[in-house]
Order: sequence, then C-alpha cells, then structure tokens
Amino acid sequence: MSADQGGGTRTIRTDYLARVEGEGAMTVKIRGDEVEQVGLEIYEPPRFFEAFLKGRSFREAPDITARICGICPVAYMTSAFNAMEDALGIDPGPRVGALRRLMYCGEWVESHALHVFLLHAPDFLGFDSAWTMAREHREMVEAGLKIKKAGNDLLRVVGGRAIHPVNVRVGGFYRAPGRDQLDALVGRLEEARELATGAVEWVAGLPFPEFEQDYEFVALRDPDRYAIEDGRLVSGSGLDLAPDQFEQHFEERHVEHSTALHSLMRDGGTYFLGPMARYSLNREQLSPVAREAADRAGLGPECRNPFRSIVVRAVEILYALDEALRLISAYEPPESAAVEAEPRAGTGHGWSEAPRGMLWHRYRLEDDGSIAEARIVPPTSQNQPRIEQDLRAFVQPRVGLDDERLQWECEQAIRNYDPCISCSAHFLKLTVDRS
Amino acid sequence: MTPRTGPQVVIGVGNRWRGDDGAGPELARRLRRLDLPPELSVLERDGDPASLLDAFDGADRALVADCVASGSAPGTLHRFEPADGPLPAELFRSSTHLLGLAEAIELARELGRLPRELVVYGIEGESFGPGQGLTPAVSSAVVRLASRISDGLGDGGAGDGRRAPSGAGA
Repeated sequence: MSADQGGGTRTIRTDYLARVEGEGAMTVKIRGDEVEQVGLEIYEPPRFFEAFLKGRSFREAPDITARICGICPVAYMTSAFNAMEDALGIDPGPRVGALRRLMYCGEWVESHALHVFLLHAPDFLGFDSAWTMAREHREMVEAGLKIKKAGNDLLRVVGGRAIHPVNVRVGGFYRAPGRDQLDALVGRLEEARELATGAVEWVAGLPFPEFEQDYEFVALRDPDRYAIEDGRLVSGSGLDLAPDQFEQHFEERHVEHSTALHSLMRDGGTYFLGPMARYSLNREQLSPVAREAADRAGLGPECRNPFRSIVVRAVEILYALDEALRLISAYEPPESAAVEAEPRAGTGHGWSEAPRGMLWHRYRLEDDGSIAEARIVPPTSQNQPRIEQDLRAFVQPRVGLDDERLQWECEQAIRNYDPCISCSAHFLKLTVDRS
Repeated sequence: MTPRTGPQVVIGVGNRWRGDDGAGPELARRLRRLDLPPELSVLERDGDPASLLDAFDGADRALVADCVASGSAPGTLHRFEPADGPLPAELFRSSTHLLGLAEAIELARELGRLPRELVVYGIEGESFGPGQGLTPAVSSAVVRLASRISDGLGDGGAGDGRRAPSGAGA
C-alpha cells in the first residue's frame, strides 16, 4: 500500500512478511537519496519467560523455555539443561551426549528444511508462497517435505514427540530409545540424505544477488565435529570462550531507535551468528559428504553473501542427516538414561547452536533448586544489529526502486537471516518513509 | 452425511503461551477427556505447515481449529469448508504458524494431500499477549465447539454434524 502523506513524505506499509516467523516491524527512512536509518523491531518473548521462570524448579527450565519457539524447542531445551547441569555439577556422560546430539540433528533438519524449501526458495524463484512454487517445482517441494519428515521422525523417536520433545530432562532422558527403534529410521534417513544431496545442487543454481559483506562471525566450535549441542565460542578475530565468559565479551545495549536491547561485542562492534558463521568457522569439521557437496556448490572456504545462506542451510541439512546416520550406527544405549541431579545453590551457563545461531542461557539457583534468576540471549536478537547494518547497505543502491519492488526485495533480504522473532502472530510491518 | 468410514482427526492449532492463541490446543485437551471412538484421533499442532500435512496423512475426514483475528466479537466461531475454496488468508495470519493455516491448506491441496472432507473453525481471539490462559469469551467458545464436535460424532465423525454455508459465523 502506498500513500502520499504530503510534505514530500511517502510511506508504504506491508501487512506482514508472510514467511518470517514471529512478529516485528521494519522501518526504512530515506532522505533524498540517502538511507538515513533502517530499524527492525522485534518482539522478544524471552523477556517474558525470564520473569516467568523465577521461583520455578530447575527441572522445569528445559520444558518451559522450549515453548519460546515452535521451530527450535530442542535448542532451548539443550541450552537450558547444559546450564542447569553446569550449575548442579553433573555430567550425564558421552552416551547421553550422543543421543542429545542425534535429537538436535532432527531439529536442524526440520527447521532448515522448512526454511529452505517452503520459505526461502520461493523468493528466489519469484513465487509468493510454497504452494504456488509447488505448481512448477513439485518435485523439490515434495523432496523438502520428505526431508523435513525424516527430521520429525528422528525427533519423535528420541524426543518422544515430533515437535515439543517430552522425553528430555535435566541429567538426560526419561527413557533411552532401543537400538531397534533407531535402526528403523535408517532407511528414511538414507533416502533423505540422498534427496538433500540433490537439494544442495538445486539451491546452488538459484540466482543470487551480489551482496558480500564483512562479518565478524561467531559460532561454537568442537575440535572433533561440527559443533551443535555444545562447544567453545570462537570468532573470526580469535575469541575462544567458555559459556561463563560470554558476558565479559558481549553486552546488550539500549539503542535510540529500538525498544529492544541490541547485542554487541564489548568494543561496540556487531557480530553474526548462524549457518554462515558456523560454516565459515568450522568447515573443516563437516563430514566428507557434506564438505564435498559444499565444494560442488561452489561455497568455498567461507560464505559472506547472506543470500547464499540457503546453500549453507542445505549443506547443514545434509550434514545433520549424515551425522544422524553415523550416530545411529555407533549407538550404544546409555546404562542409565539420566543422572540424578541434587538441588544446590549456584550459577550455571549453557549454550548450543540453534538452527539460527548460538543460544545462551544463564541461571542462578537457590539451595532448593528453585530459579532465582534466568537470562536468555537468543540468536535473533544477537544478530539484529548486524541485520540492520546489512539492510541499510542493501537498501542504499535500491532507493530508486518503486515501493512495491523495494518491499519485495527487503522481504527477501530479511528472510536470509531466518529470524525467529516469536512463535505467534507473524506480522512484520514494513514502513518505507521517503521525503 | 457420509458413512462413518475411515480415520478421522481433529487438530487444534495454536500456541498455549500466547493467550487466546491457545484456543486450538485447549479444544484438543477438552476433546481428549471425552470418550472418543477409536477411529478419531485428536492432535495438537503449533503450526508448522508440514506437520499439518503429516497430520492429514491417512485421514478421511479432518477438522482443524485455530484462533483468528478478524475484528468480530471475541469468541465468534467462523466455519469454513476449504473444498469450497481457499480460506481468507488475512483472517488466519495472526496465528502461530509460519505459512499460516490458509497457506498450509493450499499447499496440501496443491500436493493432493487434503483429506476427503475438511472443516476449519476459526475461533475469534481477543488477546495474544505472552502468558497462558484464554479470555472468558474464547474459553466459552472452545466449550461450545467441543460439544458441537462431540454431538457431531454421532452423526459420522470428525465433522461437526453441520452443513452451514462456508464462512458463516456461528
């Protein structure tokens, strides 16, 4: 919708960004030919949950925080139990750890497949929805749904349910799956891995605008494998941190144009989390199958064009399926599905690589194990300043476009970051203010 | 009414942590407390479209309930039969879903995965702020819809036993 408001100011509004999860608003202020400001407003459900968690038992944190996001509940659960186990001084051991990683692979597959095939690909091909894309690319949509279903199945078997796992607890699982249950998934996972290999090639052939940016990438790293469920936090400029050092190097600040807190590095710089950061920092930890697919797709040693994040997501889908198959073939049921945790006072920190980037939790517990303080720093709010910086650079050479075209291109640009804004009311109002 | 054959499913869509958006899941919870016939399953979905497609798989008849924001009085029940045409997307966009219910149903239609019979109820919501619990009008709409569905069971299944014109408020 476009309206002349007089005084040389023109505003267009879009009701919502149809395929971005959550709710938010984007404002572009253009003065003459200069982009003066780009603002992204994001509603932040973690703030509500931080307050809601106070006084609750440490045991409830994984289940409650899982409700923050309908797409990445395993990420919230994992960061929560990592933090609680840190506070309580328990370690469930490598077998439980492997099972947790397997479950997390399911979530990566689910979340990335949804984004790649149903949300992001239609943009590149000029379709306004997944179902209109399905008319001409039915095979790819079907492949995407099949891949996604393999992730759902994995989550259902390990987590006890396809969406919000119910089998997860601080200390481990309520019940470990039997070998036969996991073996039964192998055929579907192999088929999905085959489809994902083709999908990497397919997305690599999409038309990408030139938009290389200079990012400070930040991601978890594990020397032996592509970090997912834990690790140390590293950056392109050499940070190497444990979870309890996060706040020494990163801070949240109020900025003038936004009601949300902005995450920045202590030196004031923006940073960037998510698939491109993981790939660029940890490419060597990918499995050979995934690395070769990345090479064939022409990704190179790092990826600095956010439009090509769809290729990185496809590579990560392939990796997660490949890794799930490896974990299943090496599976040894844990002797005990969980380590019992005794309540005690203390502070714990935990993180993991949500599909959208690193998600950090900190909890302070009272003697009886009740939560005195909770702090949750999700990936989208950490990326927000960097997204705004990118959008500003993206809009500047496009100020001459008509409003409708600019709106379409901004929507596509925002989807590059797969922002998880909240899991309700997915309005994203875009306002372009020209004077 | 069609003969009572084939599996049937009722799917409550929404997010319990966003006020009235929890209407769909609350409907599912109420229905599960009833003595339901074995061919009827009751599911909760928080809105990922592919999971809705999976929920349709193998179902002969399906009823989907989701919260909507159309400007009607809170608690209004909007009834749709997608066989008659696409749902009004703008009504359903303020739900928990990525594609929105309307878009997910169109995807299922395009891929030939719609159940033979599908009824969609939009429950008009009032408050979508963070937190649990339904507003009184929405809560009583859920009770009304649950009894309408359980009455309809005697009439053949997951339908609601009604043949109202598509989109009619109720």
